[in-house]
Amino acid sequence: MSDGRPAANLGKDLVGLEPLSGDQILTILDTAEPFKEISERQIKKVPVLRGQTIVNLFFEPSTRTRISFEFAEKRLSADTVNVSATGSSVEKGETLVDTARNLEAMRIDMVVMRHGAAGAAQFLGDRISSNVINAGDGQHEHPTQALLDLLTLRDEFGGLDDLRVCIVGDILHSRVARSNIWGLLRVGADVAVCGPQTLIPRGLEELGVKVFPHIETAIEWCEALYVLRLQLERMNAGFVPSLQEYNRVYGVTSERLDRSDDEIPILHPGPMNRGVEIDSDVADGPHSLILPQVTNGVAVRMAVLYLLSGGEPEKADAAKEGEA
Amino acid sequence: MRPTLIRGGRLLDPSRSLDEAGDLLIEDGKIASVGGRITGPDGAEEVDASDLVVAPAFIDLHVHFREPGEEHKETIRTGAAAAAAGGFAEVWAMPNTDPPVDNPAAVGFVRAEGERARRSRVEPIGAASREQAGEQMTEVGELVSAGAVGISDDGRPIENSRLMRRLLEYTQAFGIPVIQHAEDTELSGHGVMNEGVVSTALGLEGIPNASEAAMVARDLLLAELTGGHLHVCHVSTRQSVELIRRAKEEGVPVTAEVTPHHLALTEEAVRDYRTEAKMHPPLRTEEDRAAVREGLAEGVLDLIATDHAPHHYEEKEREFDDAPFGIVGLETALGVGVESLVRTGVLTLSELVDRMACAPARAMDLPGGTLRRGAPADVVLFDPNESWTVDPSSFESKAANTPFAGDELTGRVHRTIVDGRTRYRAEPDDRDAN
Ligand SMILES: [Zn+2]
Repeated sequence: MSDGRPAANLGKDLVGLEPLSGDQILTILDTAEPFKEISERQIKKVPVLRGQTIVNLFFEPSTRTRISFEFAEKRLSADTVNVSATGSSVEKGETLVDTARNLEAMRIDMVVMRHGAAGAAQFLGDRISSNVINAGDGQHEHPTQALLDLLTLRDEFGGLDDLRVCIVGDILHSRVARSNIWGLLRVGADVAVCGPQTLIPRGLEELGVKVFPHIETAIEWCEALYVLRLQLERMNAGFVPSLQEYNRVYGVTSERLDRSDDEIPILHPGPMNRGVEIDSDVADGPHSLILPQVTNGVAVRMAVLYLLSGGEPEKADAAKEGEA
Repeated sequence: MRPTLIRGGRLLDPSRSLDEAGDLLIEDGKIASVGGRITGPDGAEEVDASDLVVAPAFIDLHVHFREPGEEHKETIRTGAAAAAAGGFAEVWAMPNTDPPVDNPAAVGFVRAEGERARRSRVEPIGAASREQAGEQMTEVGELVSAGAVGISDDGRPIENSRLMRRLLEYTQAFGIPVIQHAEDTELSGHGVMNEGVVSTALGLEGIPNASEAAMVARDLLLAELTGGHLHVCHVSTRQSVELIRRAKEEGVPVTAEVTPHHLALTEEAVRDYRTEAKMHPPLRTEEDRAAVREGLAEGVLDLIATDHAPHHYEEKEREFDDAPFGIVGLETALGVGVESLVRTGVLTLSELVDRMACAPARAMDLPGGTLRRGAPADVVLFDPNESWTVDPSSFESKAANTPFAGDELTGRVHRTIVDGRTRYRAEPDDRDAN
């Protein structure tokens, strides 16, 4: 530790944003700032994680998140190995305990894991000495997604304190919603959710989250709108009668947004169902932050990798110049 | 059989409101004499019970011994040994084995294995429906002739209302209860824990209280309609307690049980995805825990049953969604009872013994659960003040899946006598060490 300021000290793993403090979250965002600039350079590479081995372990398909992590890892000069569930020993019935034992034997430095079961990241983190980064575990958390969302919101508004953000859609099944709720609450934002009652999990009010049954009142209230993907299988499971009706009642349309006096920035974790939860003219419109979200994803993941590897937040600026 | 004279204990028999120092004599497998200073017959084995409570041994109406079919989890032999170590003279074994106990031969097998174990008495519960498929009634009369003491599809509910009605009617001729795991499985969905703020935070699918209570409400209406004896398993919700309270006030023939873990823990125990706290029904909220405690104290819930559900270590060592439901309970029941009910003032020690020994006997009209002269000599000797740390590796059970591992509990069994024979004795140096 160089000066009086404490290091971020995130602990060994990043399992979720629930266990983090507002200060820890803001430290990650601050650390991401200098890394943003690397992506703009001709040579997008710094030697911060040279010699470190990172395994990207994806039990569920996810092109976006995996590629974003891979970019972040390569730009920090780490050696990366991608393991997907398809065709691996995982599909042949290897248990997560076995996977953990094998990873431990291979002396991996870091593991980025996407898994279909809530708690899988913590399960792995508790059993191996490598750092574990949760890239989505069931319906539990997806912390790096929420961190990039927070960074995007902070870029847009200049701060997050007291910012009114409403998350619209399938909150019940969404790890993105959970991580955003925790992240926003921790940094002092006001959080609301909006959607059909069948897709709102119980107990949110106890956490300090407002619940809007109507999208119109949600739009009136909020300064930024976070739109979630509505999956077809929710209709098949009877949570909503049809996607058409969902669009009619909860769809984010320019007509609905135009009724607001303010211009409301729109975020979406992707991939979008255009014409279901969001209309194309909104997604591609001037207030869409969807592309900045993608750019920030790489910077935030670089920051997380850097901090978990023991990097000090205040030296991130120097590290990116190759001086670490 | 050599007579046994238990000397100088605290005789605690809630069935007779007895709580006094004195001796107890066992002859020919029966209680021969209770209280005061007894001069033993020649050749009697003398047992020093000073500092120990001498009480009717416990009766557990709800255990899973996994045999036949899943002997890697538990066998009737190891299960019966765990029961004896927990102070139980009698346990009722659920029929959801593989294959299920849905025929007289299987009932006979469980009974015979239980006898061979020479530990606690193992009484078989027969399946309520063939293959426990919830459709066709088993041959209840044949099962009873072979020694079944009740019928149940536990592990799953009897959901078909017409079948439930017929069972409550048909069983009456045989004097046995219909034992129901009350759950609306449509409402439970793929739920793995209580539905509420904790399931929301963990991202796990929840099981609402209504899933249990809706089925309890239906069953109570059917018990009222038919007059058949309904026994409700492992009550976990405030709403179920209220429904049973009202039904009892109206004279509906219902008895109900609650587990030590639902009395001791809440859904908070599931945090960090602890699969040792995953069971059916799930651990509920503080409000529900308070309600089942109050229900037990008032007698709305009649008795404590463990729902002892052994699983192999590796089956629990996995993702929460995929881990099996259930925890073991026989060897921690007394300690958890004393710790979470007596020391918190919910029950007196005498009431705890009542809910673990006398009330099950009352509910099922059994001869045990009392120290009355002439009753079967089912006696437990325990130290109500001795504290001990739960070490699952020292269990008699094959399984170690308990959320109480590492906890310090108070109240330890020293000896279990079943039909006049000592079937469990704590290591003698255990006492001297303290
Ligand atoms: Zn059950």
